[in-house]
Amino acid sequence: MTDHLDLLESHAIFILREVVAECERPVLLFSGGKDSAVLLHLAGKAFAPQSLPFPVMHVDTGYNFPEVLDFRDRAAAARGARLIVASVEETIRQGKAQDPGHLGSRNRIQTTTLLDAITENKFDAAFGGARRDEDKARAKERILSFRDTFGQWDPRAQRPELWQLYQGKVNTGEHLRAFPLSDWTELDIWEYIEREQMDLPSIYFAHEREVVNRDGMWMAVGDFVELREGEKVERHMVRYRTVGDANLTGAVLSSASTLAAIVEEVAVANVSERGATRGDDKFSETAMEDRKIEGYF
Amino acid sequence: MKHVTKDLLRLATVGSVDDGKSTLIGRLLVDTRQLFDDQLDAVATASERRGVGDLDLSFVTDGLRAEREQGITIDVAYRYASSPTRKFIIADCPGHVQYTRNMATGASTADLALVVLNVAQGVKEQTRRHLCITALLGVRTAIIAINKMDTVDWSQAAYEAVVTDVSALTAELGFGTVVTVPVSALSGENVAEASSHMPWYHGPTILEALETSDAGSWTTTDHGARLPIQRILRQEGGGRTYAGMLNGADLHVGDEVTLLPAGVTTTITDMRSGSGVTSSASPGLSIDVGLAMETNAGRGDLLATAPLPTITKEFLATVCWFGDNAVTPGQRLRLKHTTRVTPARVIAIEGTIAIDSLAVDASGQLVTNDIGLVRIQTADALVVDDYQVNRVTGSFVLIDEVSNATVAAGMIGRAQFLDA
Repeated sequence: MTDHLDLLESHAIFILREVVAECERPVLLFSGGKDSAVLLHLAGKAFAPQSLPFPVMHVDTGYNFPEVLDFRDRAAAARGARLIVASVEETIRQGKAQDPGHLGSRNRIQTTTLLDAITENKFDAAFGGARRDEDKARAKERILSFRDTFGQWDPRAQRPELWQLYQGKVNTGEHLRAFPLSDWTELDIWEYIEREQMDLPSIYFAHEREVVNRDGMWMAVGDFVELREGEKVERHMVRYRTVGDANLTGAVLSSASTLAAIVEEVAVANVSERGATRGDDKFSETAMEDRKIEGYF
Repeated sequence: MKHVTKDLLRLATVGSVDDGKSTLIGRLLVDTRQLFDDQLDAVATASERRGVGDLDLSFVTDGLRAEREQGITIDVAYRYASSPTRKFIIADCPGHVQYTRNMATGASTADLALVVLNVAQGVKEQTRRHLCITALLGVRTAIIAINKMDTVDWSQAAYEAVVTDVSALTAELGFGTVVTVPVSALSGENVAEASSHMPWYHGPTILEALETSDAGSWTTTDHGARLPIQRILRQEGGGRTYAGMLNGADLHVGDEVTLLPAGVTTTITDMRSGSGVTSSASPGLSIDVGLAMETNAGRGDLLATAPLPTITKEFLATVCWFGDNAVTPGQRLRLKHTTRVTPARVIAIEGTIAIDSLAVDASGQLVTNDIGLVRIQTADALVVDDYQVNRVTGSFVLIDEVSNATVAAGMIGRAQFLDA
């Protein structure tokens, strides 16, 4: 019996193979988060028993959870994948972006680092783990999303994309973003991770941590989050629903320490994953659209 | 381990601008609690900021700044919903004629069309165009929401007059299963819950109609298995397998298959899907297969079981033209069909379809957003089925060689409703 997970998996594998056939130099964007972990897992299946026909690339803001960096290196090595690390620190050092200062948000600067790395490496396609259920601007994006020579997305003039005839031709300097997980929801991701018994960074599972409640989000106290006046440290069982920069990503209170328990928790959640945990989306109504137009993930 | 088996239903909204497609999807998602609290809060805040009331339900899917400012849908929004036994992929399509190509994008993979009409205005030209494109794209199941019933005082006569018109159209276009429902998307009557204003209506709500309609993958036609080869995989020990996404019918180890266009017949010796080694696969699955005979097959070739497709370099097709310029016969284009890309040209325009009469007008001009019948010639031989029997091997896109823009969606053969 073919179920929705089999069909989502097959569609993603199909997209991975089409882009590799149509494009000259693809790359897979890999942050070590759950979505890119699923993407890497699917890429392994799409080309097995051969190794991946493209490198993986992490845009490193310097504000990472150490558990996620460990997982990034471990997962790439397990696939025999070549890991490229594009550094936001380096972008700042070269003067291509203004230093946002001590623990300031490096979210926007990532776009500069990403686009520079795409240009330097002459990549013409970048696979990403973005899902349409994450955000209302992402809900509008094609599976193969065209970017001009400035890396910009034009939401008002997207290429028609009929059936599963994905066409990936671009001229020199332009590139595509390819999103094989477009039609997956957060629950699909977790059901699939459970079905496949995949390895993930440990911070996705409930653990005890020193946290502070800031703007309704539980922020981990440590190298990337300093206590402000009037804030008090609490110890709670928490886990992460998304993994972004450690200075912007909040944890959720949870006792779910197994994949099965996480699936159950996600199935009944009443706040979206980005709404619950991502400071970077709270800047404005169209924060994601604005960043995407500039060339963000 | 408990594992919930769900099927997958893809639906697209269809209809004219301002008839309430986005509002209906918004209402459906809100009333079935498919939205998270923070998403609903964000819609409420955006509504207030623009002075459009407490909750503009169209903002659930109209997520772009320009869409909210103009109050229209520009491009398809994909939303997801789930019941205990079914995952829904909802493509909320734009209604404006300028964005027909985006509507076709959303409808091309739909199993079902959710058609929305304004009861006070009935079938408009844009409703006809969308239903025509939806039928051309092979969608045979429609749920028709006759919307804004509150504006005609819940009148049964007004509803039935529109039902008569739209039913005549869907019959002419060859739709199979058609359910009509009187609704008010704005207030939620007959969307997720039955209305108390229309005691004369005894049929299903939109939600009930969606939950009980056949899911059936859009790729399933039961007219021979088709495996367009995407990639050759080199197996450990030296063997080669052929990878692609299966459609048309089930395929089993031991089945006799023909490699096309070469015309060589051989047998499937082994098969793998995403879950590992398997003895059979159904449409929609990505697989790779081994063959009993050594072949020089590559990307773009096709493995098929009987009845076999046709090998051709020239064929008649129905096209939706999206290009900014009119079709110029003889102009070189690129054509993508299954996993093959080949130079091609439109050698003749046989006619355009008049949206008001559905008749073929042999005027010889095909401009943006027109639907026409054209004759196409390709440099490489294609292995095709008529679109009516297979939506994968029967479809293609035309691509501008300079800009790489997709300028047309093509369906091989002549749509049934054009036979007259």
